Amino acid sequence: MTDQALLQVKQISKLYQPNKGCQNISFDLYPGEVLGIVGESGSGKSTLLRVISGREQPDVGEVLYRDRNQQVHSLFQVSESKRRHLLRSELGVVHQHPLDGLRPRVSAGGNIGERLMAVGSRHYGDIRARASQWLADVEIDIDRIDDTPLTYSGGMQQRLQIARNLVTEPSLIFMDEPTGGLDVSVQAKLLDLMRRLVQELNLAVIIVTHDLGVARLLADRLVVMKNSEIVETGLTDQVLDDPQHAYTQLLVSSVLQQ
Amino acid sequence: MTDQAYNYAYLDEQTKRMLRRSILKAVAIPGFQIPFASREMPMPYGWGTGGMQVTCAVIGKQDTLKVIDQGADDTTNAVSIRKFFQTLAQAKTTEVTSEASIIQTRHRIPESPLQAGQILVYQVPIPEPLRFIEPRETETRLMHALQEYGVMHVKLYEDIARYGHIATAYAYPVKVNAHYIMDPSPIPKFDNPKMHQSPALQLFGAGREKRIYAIPPYTQVSSLDFEDHPFEVQSWDEPCAICGAQDSFLDEVVLDDRGTRQFICSDTDYCRQQQEANRD
Repeated sequence: MTDQALLQVKQISKLYQPNKGCQNISFDLYPGEVLGIVGESGSGKSTLLRVISGREQPDVGEVLYRDRNQQVHSLFQVSESKRRHLLRSELGVVHQHPLDGLRPRVSAGGNIGERLMAVGSRHYGDIRARASQWLADVEIDIDRIDDTPLTYSGGMQQRLQIARNLVTEPSLIFMDEPTGGLDVSVQAKLLDLMRRLVQELNLAVIIVTHDLGVARLLADRLVVMKNSEIVETGLTDQVLDDPQHAYTQLLVSSVLQQ
Repeated sequence: MTDQAYNYAYLDEQTKRMLRRSILKAVAIPGFQIPFASREMPMPYGWGTGGMQVTCAVIGKQDTLKVIDQGADDTTNAVSIRKFFQTLAQAKTTEVTSEASIIQTRHRIPESPLQAGQILVYQVPIPEPLRFIEPRETETRLMHALQEYGVMHVKLYEDIARYGHIATAYAYPVKVNAHYIMDPSPIPKFDNPKMHQSPALQLFGAGREKRIYAIPPYTQVSSLDFEDHPFEVQSWDEPCAICGAQDSFLDEVVLDDRGTRQFICSDTDYCRQQQEANRD
């Protein structure tokens, strides 16, 4: 069962103008796998992420998602209600700016509980217990459960956003530059946390980043994008240690060496 | 004079037809907000222009109108709206709930049970219950269509987290006919149970927001809650200071500048009835 792909991306194109956006993108993602998408600014990484996470209709192509009951759904052919239900329960999106994915004026507990309530949880005690547990899991002090995200630091907001997404135990999480805008020590802590969660929950992750360090630490496999197309793909170590495409070579060599 | 100056019930016939079409749609889809072309009324938004337009559309010469504001028949808003319809619709008016065929209200549902054939018209300030969390109209419509109502419970969750109980005391969200979540306008949650399976037709008009919605007679209306924090209405430790009623919604009235206060019925008609019953 596990050898069946969780997400199949087939010939996706979404162009805003020639070579702006993403085109001819195909890949498979397997349960528990972490896929990194790297590339320069404007190469179409975020567009691709929006499309494969069901938030933006592609011009052509298909995204197939295999749900927990082993049923395969084409994200853009199922009804809107089904798609949104999948997005709320089995998929998750972690935005680059945490406040895009949080409700700033709702307490942390409410933020985590929202997804539970959206899928039908109606017991306050249970919701609160699960929220507390998730706060502990992402290393946020339990005393802060009734504070709003606006009073949190950037790193805490990002961890809260991750907790909010993970509370419904999704099988696949989309992350758009989750460590952007955080200082290096907070980044390291967040990466540690994500690596632990990914292993514990057997979570599949698609992570968009321009930081090769993040990619090397988290991703099993890498996709390199340039000018809206995939130029190279392979195991992370393979791509980073032996880059084949000229752009990947440039990307790898431009990282500061210790 | 008024015969010449204004059409019957102030609005012209085409406008009333437009309003009636919206009302019919609203009745057909309980709890769903129907957009309508709200007109300028001779008073400011927020004073009941939506309710007044609905009343204009449904009132006829055989109708008897009762207007209440905060449950009272004798407050400024109630008095002027009643006079408006006396003048422009030659309507009979009453203060007795059971005698009225149309009751226009703000904030309260009368204590005396409503009967089949009566119409209760609400003046609604903000018809969209999801607005507090989602400012986009396109998005709230989609949320209604797909019944994405998880966020409504977030509001109740926040209440319990902050105050230890559901502190929302008015405009308490309800689910109508097991589908649409509806804002019952600023009535106290004390009145929410009266909407459930009510024999009267309930019409809601929001003039500024240009929305009409309805609860047809005998419709299921349930208030949102949590399993471990069930919905409950307000209660008071003392009876009404005037009539002694123990089952009505009480207003706190400050009597002097030394902190003396008493609780009296907010429904003036009900209070009068109780006093008469006590006298007999």
